[in-house]
Amino acid sequence: MKHISRIYTALVMVFLYAPIAVMVVYSFNASRSTSVFGGFSLKWYAELLNDSSTIEALENTLVLAVLSSLVATVLGTLSAVGIFSMKKKWAKTAAMTVTNIPMMNPDIVTGISLMLLFVFVGQMVGSKNSLGFGTMLIAHITFNLPYVILSVLPKLRQTDHHLAEAAQDLGCTPFMAFFKVILPSIMPGVFSGLMMAFTLSLDDFVISYFTTGPDFQTLPIKIFSMTKRRVTPDMYALSTLIFLSVLLLLILSNVAQARSEKRREGAKA
Amino acid sequence: MNKKRTDFAQKLISAPYIVWSAIFIIVPLLMVAYYAFTDKSGAFTLDNISGLSRYAKTFGMSLLYAAEATVISLIIAYPLAYFMSNMKAGAQRMMSMLIMLPMWMNFLIRTYSWITILAKTGIINTLLSKIGIGPVQLINTPGAVVLGMVYNYLPYMVLPIYTVMVKIDKSLLEAADDLGSSPISRLRRVIFPMTVPGIISGITMVFVPSVSTFYISQKLGGGKTMLIGDVIEMQFQSSYNYNLGAAISLVLMVLILISLAVMNRFDDSEEGGILI
Repeated sequence: MKHISRIYTALVMVFLYAPIAVMVVYSFNASRSTSVFGGFSLKWYAELLNDSSTIEALENTLVLAVLSSLVATVLGTLSAVGIFSMKKKWAKTAAMTVTNIPMMNPDIVTGISLMLLFVFVGQMVGSKNSLGFGTMLIAHITFNLPYVILSVLPKLRQTDHHLAEAAQDLGCTPFMAFFKVILPSIMPGVFSGLMMAFTLSLDDFVISYFTTGPDFQTLPIKIFSMTKRRVTPDMYALSTLIFLSVLLLLILSNVAQARSEKRREGAKA
Repeated sequence: MNKKRTDFAQKLISAPYIVWSAIFIIVPLLMVAYYAFTDKSGAFTLDNISGLSRYAKTFGMSLLYAAEATVISLIIAYPLAYFMSNMKAGAQRMMSMLIMLPMWMNFLIRTYSWITILAKTGIINTLLSKIGIGPVQLINTPGAVVLGMVYNYLPYMVLPIYTVMVKIDKSLLEAADDLGSSPISRLRRVIFPMTVPGIISGITMVFVPSVSTFYISQKLGGGKTMLIGDVIEMQFQSSYNYNLGAAISLVLMVLILISLAVMNRFDDSEEGGILI
Protein backbone atom coordinates (compact mmCIF):
# COMPACT_ATOMS: atom_id res chain seq x y z
CA MET A 1 0.00 0.00 0.00
CA LYS A 2 2.84 2.33 0.91
CA HIS A 3 4.47 1.70 -2.48
CA ILE A 4 1.28 2.24 -4.43
CA SER A 5 0.77 5.51 -2.60
CA ARG A 6 4.30 6.71 -3.38
CA ILE A 7 4.26 5.68 -7.03
CA TYR A 8 0.84 7.19 -7.62
CA THR A 9 1.74 10.49 -5.98
CA ALA A 10 4.97 10.64 -7.97
CA LEU A 11 3.11 10.03 -11.25
CA VAL A 12 0.66 12.86 -10.57
CA MET A 13 3.58 15.16 -9.71
CA VAL A 14 5.27 14.27 -13.01
CA PHE A 15 2.06 15.21 -14.80
CA LEU A 16 1.76 18.52 -12.93
CA TYR A 17 5.39 19.51 -13.36
CA ALA A 18 6.18 18.23 -16.86
CA PRO A 19 5.18 21.47 -18.66
CA ILE A 20 6.99 23.54 -16.05
CA ALA A 21 10.14 21.47 -16.49
CA VAL A 22 9.86 21.91 -20.26
CA MET A 23 9.52 25.65 -19.79
CA VAL A 24 12.57 25.90 -17.52
CA VAL A 25 14.73 23.75 -19.83
CA TYR A 26 13.77 25.60 -23.00
CA SER A 27 14.37 28.98 -21.40
CA PHE A 28 18.07 28.06 -21.59
CA ASN A 29 17.80 27.00 -25.22
CA ALA A 30 20.40 28.48 -27.55
CA SER A 31 18.14 28.19 -30.58
CA ARG A 32 14.98 30.16 -31.14
CA SER A 33 12.76 27.12 -31.26
CA THR A 34 10.50 26.01 -28.43
CA SER A 35 10.57 22.40 -29.63
CA VAL A 36 14.20 21.59 -30.54
CA PHE A 37 16.92 22.02 -27.95
CA GLY A 38 20.09 23.50 -29.42
CA GLY A 39 22.50 23.89 -26.53
CA PHE A 40 22.70 25.91 -23.35
CA SER A 41 22.53 29.69 -23.40
CA LEU A 42 21.47 32.59 -21.22
CA LYS A 43 20.69 34.90 -24.10
CA TRP A 44 16.92 34.85 -23.56
CA TYR A 45 17.39 36.15 -20.05
CA ALA A 46 19.53 38.95 -21.41
CA GLU A 47 16.98 39.70 -24.10
CA LEU A 48 14.23 39.75 -21.51
CA LEU A 49 15.97 42.41 -19.45
CA ASN A 50 16.44 44.55 -22.55
CA ASP A 51 12.82 44.26 -23.66
CA SER A 52 11.24 47.44 -22.33
CA SER A 53 7.67 46.45 -23.24
CA THR A 54 7.86 43.29 -21.13
CA ILE A 55 9.30 45.24 -18.19
CA GLU A 56 6.52 47.80 -18.59
CA ALA A 57 3.89 45.05 -18.66
CA LEU A 58 5.41 43.61 -15.49
CA GLU A 59 5.23 47.02 -13.80
CA ASN A 60 1.62 47.48 -14.92
CA THR A 61 0.73 44.06 -13.54
CA LEU A 62 2.26 44.86 -10.16
CA VAL A 63 0.67 48.33 -9.89
CA LEU A 64 -2.72 46.90 -10.77
CA ALA A 65 -2.38 44.00 -8.34
CA VAL A 66 -1.27 46.21 -5.44
CA LEU A 67 -3.97 48.84 -5.99
CA SER A 68 -6.84 46.45 -6.63
CA SER A 69 -5.98 44.14 -3.74
CA LEU A 70 -5.64 47.05 -1.28
CA VAL A 71 -8.96 48.64 -2.29
CA ALA A 72 -10.68 45.26 -2.30
CA THR A 73 -9.29 44.46 1.15
CA VAL A 74 -10.50 47.71 2.74
CA LEU A 75 -13.88 47.58 1.03
CA GLY A 76 -14.25 43.83 1.57
CA THR A 77 -13.37 43.95 5.27
CA LEU A 78 -15.88 46.73 5.91
CA SER A 79 -18.57 44.90 3.99
CA ALA A 80 -17.85 41.63 5.79
CA VAL A 81 -18.42 43.47 9.08
CA GLY A 82 -21.56 45.03 7.62
CA ILE A 83 -22.92 41.74 6.28
CA PHE A 84 -22.09 39.96 9.52
CA SER A 85 -24.04 42.46 11.61
CA MET A 86 -27.10 42.47 9.35
CA LYS A 87 -30.11 41.62 11.48
CA LYS A 88 -32.57 40.59 8.81
CA LYS A 89 -31.98 37.11 7.47
CA TRP A 90 -33.18 37.89 3.95
CA ALA A 91 -30.79 40.82 3.68
CA LYS A 92 -27.90 38.60 4.73
CA THR A 93 -28.85 35.87 2.25
CA ALA A 94 -29.25 38.42 -0.54
CA ALA A 95 -25.86 39.97 0.21
CA MET A 96 -24.16 36.56 0.28
CA THR A 97 -25.85 35.50 -2.95
CA VAL A 98 -24.62 38.62 -4.73
CA THR A 99 -21.15 38.08 -3.28
CA ASN A 100 -21.14 34.55 -4.67
CA ILE A 101 -22.07 35.59 -8.20
CA PRO A 102 -18.56 36.51 -9.43
CA MET A 103 -17.19 33.29 -7.92
CA MET A 104 -19.83 31.09 -9.50
CA ASN A 105 -19.96 32.74 -12.89
CA PRO A 106 -17.37 31.68 -15.43
CA ASP A 107 -14.64 34.32 -15.79
CA ILE A 108 -15.56 34.91 -19.40
CA VAL A 109 -19.11 35.92 -18.42
CA THR A 110 -17.86 38.23 -15.66
CA GLY A 111 -15.42 39.72 -18.16
CA ILE A 112 -17.88 40.38 -20.94
CA SER A 113 -20.60 41.62 -18.57
CA LEU A 114 -18.24 44.29 -17.23
CA MET A 115 -17.03 45.06 -20.74
CA LEU A 116 -20.61 45.62 -21.91
CA LEU A 117 -21.22 48.00 -19.00
CA PHE A 118 -18.05 49.97 -19.73
CA VAL A 119 -18.73 50.13 -23.46
CA PHE A 120 -22.36 51.13 -22.85
CA VAL A 121 -21.43 53.90 -20.42
CA GLY A 122 -18.60 54.95 -22.73
CA GLN A 123 -21.00 55.33 -25.62
CA MET A 124 -23.38 57.37 -23.48
CA VAL A 125 -20.62 59.72 -22.44
CA GLY A 126 -19.43 59.78 -26.03
CA SER A 127 -15.87 58.62 -25.40
CA LYS A 128 -14.54 56.36 -28.10
CA ASN A 129 -12.11 54.36 -26.08
CA SER A 130 -13.52 53.70 -22.65
CA LEU A 131 -11.45 50.62 -21.86
CA GLY A 132 -8.09 50.93 -20.15
CA PHE A 133 -6.40 51.08 -16.76
CA GLY A 134 -9.45 52.47 -14.93
CA THR A 135 -11.88 49.84 -16.20
CA MET A 136 -9.40 47.09 -15.50
CA LEU A 137 -8.88 48.35 -11.95
CA ILE A 138 -12.65 48.32 -11.36
CA ALA A 139 -12.87 44.79 -12.79
CA HIS A 140 -10.05 43.50 -10.60
CA ILE A 141 -11.51 45.05 -7.45
CA THR A 142 -14.85 43.47 -8.32
CA PHE A 143 -13.55 39.93 -8.71
CA ASN A 144 -11.27 40.28 -5.68
CA LEU A 145 -14.00 41.44 -3.29
CA PRO A 146 -15.77 38.08 -2.74
CA TYR A 147 -12.51 36.38 -1.79
CA VAL A 148 -11.74 39.04 0.83
CA ILE A 149 -15.27 38.91 2.24
CA LEU A 150 -15.27 35.12 2.41
CA SER A 151 -11.94 35.02 4.21
CA VAL A 152 -12.91 37.71 6.76
CA LEU A 153 -16.40 36.37 7.59
CA PRO A 154 -15.24 33.15 9.34
CA LYS A 155 -12.91 35.20 11.57
CA LEU A 156 -15.81 37.48 12.51
CA ARG A 157 -17.82 34.44 13.53
CA GLN A 158 -15.02 33.36 15.84
CA THR A 159 -14.71 36.80 17.46
CA ASP A 160 -16.39 37.35 20.80
CA HIS A 161 -18.76 40.23 20.22
CA HIS A 162 -19.22 40.96 23.88
CA LEU A 163 -15.72 42.37 23.76
CA ALA A 164 -16.77 45.13 21.38
CA GLU A 165 -19.80 45.86 23.52
CA ALA A 166 -17.61 45.95 26.61
CA ALA A 167 -15.27 48.39 24.88
CA GLN A 168 -18.22 50.64 24.09
CA ASP A 169 -19.54 50.42 27.66
CA LEU A 170 -16.12 51.55 28.80
CA GLY A 171 -16.42 54.64 26.64
CA CYS A 172 -15.17 53.68 23.19
CA THR A 173 -17.03 55.02 20.19
CA PRO A 174 -18.20 52.27 17.81
CA PHE A 175 -15.48 53.49 15.49
CA MET A 176 -12.76 53.08 18.12
CA ALA A 177 -14.20 49.74 19.22
CA PHE A 178 -13.86 48.50 15.66
CA PHE A 179 -10.22 49.51 15.36
CA LYS A 180 -9.16 48.48 18.87
CA VAL A 181 -11.13 45.26 19.34
CA ILE A 182 -12.66 43.82 16.18
CA LEU A 183 -9.94 44.58 13.66
CA PRO A 184 -7.04 43.00 15.59
CA SER A 185 -9.00 39.78 16.06
CA ILE A 186 -9.96 39.44 12.38
CA MET A 187 -6.52 40.49 11.12
CA PRO A 188 -5.42 36.98 9.99
CA GLY A 189 -8.52 36.76 7.78
CA VAL A 190 -7.93 40.24 6.41
CA PHE A 191 -4.34 39.37 5.61
CA SER A 192 -5.13 36.09 3.86
CA GLY A 193 -7.84 37.90 1.89
CA LEU A 194 -5.29 40.50 0.83
CA MET A 195 -2.81 37.83 -0.26
CA MET A 196 -5.45 35.95 -2.20
CA ALA A 197 -6.67 39.11 -3.92
CA PHE A 198 -3.11 40.06 -4.81
CA THR A 199 -2.28 36.71 -6.40
CA LEU A 200 -5.61 36.47 -8.22
CA SER A 201 -5.09 39.89 -9.69
CA LEU A 202 -1.50 39.09 -10.66
CA ASP A 203 -2.55 35.98 -12.53
CA ASP A 204 -5.85 37.01 -14.06
CA PHE A 205 -6.07 36.80 -17.80
CA VAL A 206 -9.67 36.22 -18.89
CA ILE A 207 -11.37 39.14 -17.14
CA SER A 208 -8.47 41.49 -17.92
CA TYR A 209 -8.58 40.47 -21.56
CA PHE A 210 -12.13 41.75 -21.94
CA THR A 211 -11.83 44.88 -19.82
CA THR A 212 -8.56 46.38 -20.99
CA GLY A 213 -7.88 48.66 -23.91
CA PRO A 214 -4.95 48.90 -26.32
CA ASP A 215 -3.06 51.36 -24.11
CA PHE A 216 -2.71 49.24 -21.02
CA GLN A 217 -1.09 45.80 -21.10
CA THR A 218 -0.47 43.49 -18.20
CA LEU A 219 1.83 40.51 -18.35
CA PRO A 220 -0.87 37.88 -18.99
CA ILE A 221 -2.29 40.02 -21.79
CA LYS A 222 1.16 40.43 -23.28
CA ILE A 223 1.82 36.70 -23.04
CA PHE A 224 -1.49 36.06 -24.76
CA SER A 225 -0.68 38.31 -27.69
CA MET A 226 2.73 36.70 -27.95
CA THR A 227 1.38 33.15 -27.94
CA LYS A 228 -0.95 34.14 -30.78
CA ARG A 229 2.14 34.16 -32.93
CA ARG A 230 5.05 31.95 -31.93
CA VAL A 231 6.34 32.03 -28.40
CA THR A 232 9.97 32.98 -28.15
CA PRO A 233 11.99 31.49 -25.29
CA ASP A 234 12.18 34.87 -23.52
CA MET A 235 8.62 34.28 -22.32
CA TYR A 236 9.84 30.97 -20.92
CA ALA A 237 12.71 32.83 -19.27
CA LEU A 238 10.27 35.27 -17.69
CA SER A 239 8.02 32.47 -16.46
CA THR A 240 11.02 30.64 -15.04
CA LEU A 241 11.97 33.73 -13.07
CA ILE A 242 8.40 34.13 -11.80
CA PHE A 243 8.29 30.45 -10.89
CA LEU A 244 11.54 30.67 -8.94
CA SER A 245 10.41 33.76 -7.00
CA VAL A 246 7.11 32.11 -6.09
CA LEU A 247 8.96 28.98 -5.02
CA LEU A 248 11.31 31.05 -2.87
CA LEU A 249 8.40 32.93 -1.25
CA LEU A 250 6.56 29.71 -0.48
CA ILE A 251 9.62 28.06 1.04
CA LEU A 252 10.32 31.13 3.18
CA SER A 253 6.73 31.36 4.43
CA ASN A 254 6.71 27.62 5.14
CA VAL A 255 9.93 27.82 7.12
CA ALA A 256 8.56 30.80 9.06
CA GLN A 257 5.35 28.89 9.78
CA ALA A 258 7.16 25.74 10.88
CA ARG A 259 9.38 27.85 13.17
CA SER A 260 6.49 29.66 14.82
CA GLU A 261 4.72 26.33 15.34
CA LYS A 262 7.82 24.92 16.98
CA ARG A 263 8.12 27.97 19.20
CA ARG A 264 4.50 27.63 20.27
CA GLU A 265 5.06 23.98 21.10
CA GLY A 266 8.19 24.93 23.02
CA ALA A 267 6.22 27.54 24.99
CA LYS A 268 3.60 24.94 25.88
CA ALA A 269 6.22 22.54 27.14
CA MET B 1 -29.16 56.09 22.20
CA ASN B 2 -25.83 54.32 21.99
CA LYS B 3 -27.46 51.22 20.52
CA LYS B 4 -29.15 53.21 17.80
CA ARG B 5 -25.91 54.86 16.86
CA THR B 6 -24.19 51.48 16.61
CA ASP B 7 -26.93 50.13 14.36
CA PHE B 8 -26.65 53.14 12.13
CA ALA B 9 -22.86 52.81 11.95
CA GLN B 10 -23.21 49.15 11.04
CA LYS B 11 -25.65 49.95 8.29
CA LEU B 12 -23.37 52.64 6.98
CA ILE B 13 -20.38 50.33 6.93
CA SER B 14 -21.77 47.98 4.28
CA ALA B 15 -23.21 50.78 2.15
CA PRO B 16 -20.14 51.19 -0.12
CA TYR B 17 -20.13 47.49 -0.91
CA ILE B 18 -23.87 47.38 -1.59
CA VAL B 19 -23.49 50.27 -4.02
CA TRP B 20 -20.39 48.69 -5.58
CA SER B 21 -21.93 45.26 -6.07
CA ALA B 22 -25.11 46.77 -7.46
CA ILE B 23 -23.19 48.74 -10.08
CA PHE B 24 -20.48 46.24 -10.94
CA ILE B 25 -22.15 42.85 -10.36
CA ILE B 26 -25.91 43.26 -10.85
CA VAL B 27 -25.96 45.95 -13.56
CA PRO B 28 -23.40 44.16 -15.79
CA LEU B 29 -25.54 41.01 -15.70
CA LEU B 30 -28.55 43.10 -16.67
CA MET B 31 -26.44 44.53 -19.49
CA VAL B 32 -25.79 40.99 -20.77
CA ALA B 33 -29.54 40.37 -20.82
CA TYR B 34 -30.14 43.77 -22.46
CA TYR B 35 -27.64 43.13 -25.26
CA ALA B 36 -28.93 39.58 -25.73
CA PHE B 37 -32.45 40.82 -26.44
CA THR B 38 -31.63 43.84 -28.62
CA ASP B 39 -30.09 44.36 -32.03
CA LYS B 40 -27.31 46.76 -33.02
CA SER B 41 -29.66 49.75 -33.06
CA GLY B 42 -30.98 48.91 -29.61
CA ALA B 43 -34.43 47.66 -30.68
CA PHE B 44 -35.93 44.60 -29.02
CA THR B 45 -35.36 41.34 -30.88
CA LEU B 46 -35.38 37.60 -30.29
CA ASP B 47 -33.09 36.90 -33.26
CA ASN B 48 -29.96 36.50 -31.12
CA ILE B 49 -31.57 33.86 -28.97
CA SER B 50 -33.28 32.00 -31.80
CA GLY B 51 -30.04 32.09 -33.82
CA LEU B 52 -28.36 30.05 -31.10
CA SER B 53 -29.61 26.76 -32.54
CA ARG B 54 -26.65 27.04 -34.93
CA TYR B 55 -24.39 26.64 -31.91
CA ALA B 56 -26.21 23.66 -30.40
CA LYS B 57 -23.39 21.33 -31.44
CA THR B 58 -20.75 23.64 -29.98
CA PHE B 59 -22.67 23.82 -26.70
CA GLY B 60 -22.98 20.03 -26.65
CA MET B 61 -19.28 19.55 -27.33
CA SER B 62 -18.24 22.04 -24.65
CA LEU B 63 -20.46 20.30 -22.10
CA LEU B 64 -19.12 16.90 -23.14
CA TYR B 65 -15.42 17.85 -22.97
CA ALA B 66 -15.90 19.67 -19.67
CA ALA B 67 -17.73 16.64 -18.26
CA GLU B 68 -14.94 14.33 -19.45
CA ALA B 69 -12.30 16.59 -17.91
CA THR B 70 -14.25 16.74 -14.63
CA VAL B 71 -14.65 12.96 -14.39
CA ILE B 72 -10.98 12.32 -15.23
CA SER B 73 -9.88 14.94 -12.67
CA LEU B 74 -12.06 13.29 -10.03
CA ILE B 75 -10.62 9.85 -10.82
CA ILE B 76 -7.05 11.18 -10.55
CA ALA B 77 -7.68 13.43 -7.56
CA TYR B 78 -9.60 11.13 -5.23
CA PRO B 79 -6.85 8.53 -4.64
CA LEU B 80 -4.26 11.32 -4.45
CA ALA B 81 -6.26 13.14 -1.78
CA TYR B 82 -6.68 9.85 0.08
CA PHE B 83 -2.96 9.05 0.00
CA MET B 84 -2.13 12.62 1.03
CA SER B 85 -4.43 12.48 4.03
CA ASN B 86 -2.54 9.42 5.29
CA MET B 87 0.89 11.05 5.12
CA LYS B 88 2.82 12.58 8.01
CA ALA B 89 1.97 16.21 8.84
CA GLY B 90 5.14 17.61 7.27
CA ALA B 91 4.68 15.60 4.07
CA GLN B 92 1.05 16.74 3.89
CA ARG B 93 2.03 20.39 4.03
CA MET B 94 4.73 19.79 1.44
CA MET B 95 2.28 18.01 -0.87
CA SER B 96 -0.38 20.70 -0.72
CA MET B 97 2.33 23.24 -1.50
CA LEU B 98 3.48 21.18 -4.49
CA ILE B 99 -0.08 20.95 -5.77
CA MET B 100 -0.72 24.68 -5.39
CA LEU B 101 2.59 25.80 -6.85
CA PRO B 102 1.75 25.23 -10.55
CA MET B 103 -1.37 27.38 -10.14
CA TRP B 104 0.87 30.36 -9.42
CA MET B 105 2.42 30.05 -12.83
CA ASN B 106 0.83 31.87 -15.69
CA PHE B 107 -1.77 29.52 -17.08
CA LEU B 108 -1.18 30.60 -20.68
CA ILE B 109 2.49 29.60 -20.51
CA ARG B 110 1.71 26.33 -18.77
CA THR B 111 -0.80 25.45 -21.46
CA TYR B 112 1.57 26.54 -24.19
CA SER B 113 4.31 24.28 -22.82
CA TRP B 114 2.13 21.28 -23.61
CA ILE B 115 2.59 22.05 -27.30
CA THR B 116 6.31 21.33 -26.89
CA ILE B 117 5.44 18.01 -25.27
CA LEU B 118 2.69 16.91 -27.65
CA ALA B 119 3.79 18.31 -31.01
CA LYS B 120 4.67 16.13 -34.02
CA THR B 121 8.35 16.77 -33.33
CA GLY B 122 7.67 17.06 -29.62
CA ILE B 123 9.05 15.20 -26.65
CA ILE B 124 6.58 12.30 -26.62
CA ASN B 125 6.84 11.65 -30.34
CA THR B 126 10.65 11.83 -30.21
CA LEU B 127 10.64 9.21 -27.48
CA LEU B 128 8.14 7.07 -29.39
CA SER B 129 10.18 7.18 -32.59
CA LYS B 130 13.23 5.93 -30.66
CA ILE B 131 11.34 2.71 -29.95
CA GLY B 132 10.08 2.58 -33.49
CA ILE B 133 6.55 3.89 -33.22
CA GLY B 134 5.80 6.47 -35.89
CA PRO B 135 4.67 9.96 -35.02
CA VAL B 136 1.27 9.91 -33.40
CA GLN B 137 -1.11 12.83 -33.81
CA LEU B 138 -1.41 14.15 -30.26
CA ILE B 139 -1.70 17.89 -30.60
CA ASN B 140 -4.77 19.47 -32.20
CA THR B 141 -7.05 16.66 -31.09
CA PRO B 142 -10.03 16.71 -28.72
CA GLY B 143 -7.95 14.53 -26.41
CA ALA B 144 -5.33 17.27 -26.12
CA VAL B 145 -8.04 19.79 -25.20
CA VAL B 146 -9.40 17.56 -22.44
CA LEU B 147 -5.83 16.94 -21.25
CA GLY B 148 -5.28 20.70 -21.06
CA MET B 149 -8.43 21.11 -18.96
CA VAL B 150 -7.46 18.29 -16.60
CA TYR B 151 -3.95 19.66 -16.27
CA ASN B 152 -5.01 23.22 -15.53
CA TYR B 153 -7.84 22.50 -13.10
CA LEU B 154 -6.73 19.29 -11.36
CA PRO B 155 -5.50 21.19 -8.25
CA TYR B 156 -9.01 22.61 -7.80
CA MET B 157 -10.27 19.03 -7.52
CA VAL B 158 -7.52 17.72 -5.24
CA LEU B 159 -7.52 20.47 -2.63
CA PRO B 160 -11.21 20.52 -1.59
CA ILE B 161 -11.36 16.70 -1.43
CA TYR B 162 -8.13 16.61 0.57
CA THR B 163 -9.48 19.27 2.95
CA VAL B 164 -12.52 17.17 3.88
CA MET B 165 -10.51 13.96 3.86
CA VAL B 166 -8.03 15.09 6.57
CA LYS B 167 -10.92 16.11 8.81
CA ILE B 168 -12.31 12.55 8.92
CA ASP B 169 -11.96 11.18 12.43
CA LYS B 170 -9.54 8.24 12.21
CA SER B 171 -11.36 6.43 15.02
CA LEU B 172 -14.39 6.11 12.73
CA LEU B 173 -12.27 4.15 10.28
CA GLU B 174 -10.98 1.94 13.09
CA ALA B 175 -14.54 1.37 14.23
CA ALA B 176 -15.49 0.28 10.71
CA ASP B 177 -12.56 -2.15 10.72
CA ASP B 178 -13.51 -3.49 14.14
CA LEU B 179 -17.05 -4.05 13.01
CA GLY B 180 -15.76 -6.20 10.19
CA SER B 181 -16.07 -4.02 7.12
CA SER B 182 -13.74 -4.76 4.21
CA PRO B 183 -11.48 -1.96 2.94
CA ILE B 184 -13.81 -1.55 -0.07
CA SER B 185 -16.97 -1.23 1.95
CA ARG B 186 -15.18 1.04 4.40
CA LEU B 187 -14.33 3.32 1.49
CA ARG B 188 -17.83 3.14 0.06
CA ARG B 189 -19.84 3.46 3.26
CA VAL B 190 -17.66 5.54 5.57
CA ILE B 191 -15.09 7.61 3.70
CA PHE B 192 -17.00 8.41 0.52
CA PRO B 193 -20.19 9.83 2.12
CA MET B 194 -18.10 12.11 4.30
CA THR B 195 -16.15 13.50 1.35
CA VAL B 196 -19.20 14.37 -0.76
CA PRO B 197 -19.05 18.13 0.03
CA GLY B 198 -15.41 18.22 -1.11
CA ILE B 199 -16.24 16.28 -4.27
CA ILE B 200 -19.05 18.67 -5.08
CA SER B 201 -16.98 21.80 -4.69
CA GLY B 202 -14.20 20.12 -6.68
CA ILE B 203 -16.58 19.25 -9.51
CA THR B 204 -17.86 22.84 -9.58
CA MET B 205 -14.38 24.30 -9.61
CA VAL B 206 -13.25 22.10 -12.50
CA PHE B 207 -16.42 22.06 -14.58
CA VAL B 208 -17.17 25.81 -14.68
CA PRO B 209 -13.78 26.97 -16.01
CA SER B 210 -13.54 23.95 -18.35
CA VAL B 211 -16.91 24.53 -19.99
CA SER B 212 -16.15 28.21 -20.59
CA THR B 213 -12.49 28.03 -21.62
CA PHE B 214 -11.23 29.47 -24.87
CA TYR B 215 -7.45 29.51 -24.59
CA ILE B 216 -6.97 25.79 -24.07
CA SER B 217 -9.06 24.85 -27.09
CA GLN B 218 -7.30 27.44 -29.27
CA LYS B 219 -3.81 26.28 -28.41
CA LEU B 220 -4.17 22.52 -27.90
CA GLY B 221 -7.12 21.98 -30.23
CA GLY B 222 -5.45 23.96 -32.98
CA GLY B 223 -8.61 25.88 -33.85
CA LYS B 224 -10.25 22.67 -35.01
CA THR B 225 -12.13 22.23 -31.77
CA MET B 226 -14.35 25.28 -31.36
CA LEU B 227 -15.80 25.47 -27.89
CA ILE B 228 -18.46 27.80 -26.60
CA GLY B 229 -15.82 30.03 -25.00
CA ASP B 230 -14.15 30.43 -28.39
CA VAL B 231 -17.43 31.50 -29.97
CA ILE B 232 -18.01 34.09 -27.23
CA GLU B 233 -14.45 35.38 -27.46
CA MET B 234 -14.81 35.75 -31.23
CA GLN B 235 -17.95 37.86 -30.93
CA PHE B 236 -16.26 40.29 -28.57
CA GLN B 237 -12.70 40.42 -29.90
CA SER B 238 -12.87 39.88 -33.64
CA SER B 239 -16.32 39.90 -35.22
CA TYR B 240 -17.71 42.53 -32.81
CA ASN B 241 -21.21 41.13 -32.60
CA TYR B 242 -21.80 41.99 -28.95
CA ASN B 243 -25.48 41.11 -29.13
CA LEU B 244 -24.90 37.55 -30.27
CA GLY B 245 -22.01 37.16 -27.82
CA ALA B 246 -24.24 38.36 -24.98
CA ALA B 247 -26.96 35.89 -25.99
CA ILE B 248 -24.51 32.97 -25.95
CA SER B 249 -23.10 34.08 -22.60
CA LEU B 250 -26.59 34.36 -21.16
CA VAL B 251 -27.41 30.79 -22.18
CA LEU B 252 -24.05 29.54 -20.89
CA MET B 253 -24.66 31.27 -17.56
CA VAL B 254 -28.15 29.80 -17.23
CA LEU B 255 -26.85 26.31 -18.09
CA ILE B 256 -24.14 26.58 -15.44
CA LEU B 257 -26.51 27.94 -12.79
CA ILE B 258 -28.90 25.05 -13.45
CA SER B 259 -26.13 22.46 -13.14
CA LEU B 260 -24.86 24.11 -9.94
CA ALA B 261 -28.36 24.16 -8.50
CA VAL B 262 -28.79 20.46 -9.28
CA MET B 263 -25.41 19.69 -7.71
CA ASN B 264 -26.13 21.70 -4.59
CA ARG B 265 -29.17 19.58 -3.89
CA PHE B 266 -26.76 16.73 -3.15
CA ASP B 267 -24.84 18.89 -0.75
CA ASP B 268 -26.51 19.70 2.53
CA SER B 269 -23.74 21.60 4.24
CA GLU B 270 -24.88 24.86 5.80
CA GLU B 271 -22.04 27.12 4.68
CA GLY B 272 -22.34 28.79 1.32
CA GLY B 273 -25.59 30.62 1.02
CA ILE B 274 -26.07 30.11 -2.67
CA LEU B 275 -29.71 30.83 -3.22
CA ILE B 276 -31.15 29.73 -6.50
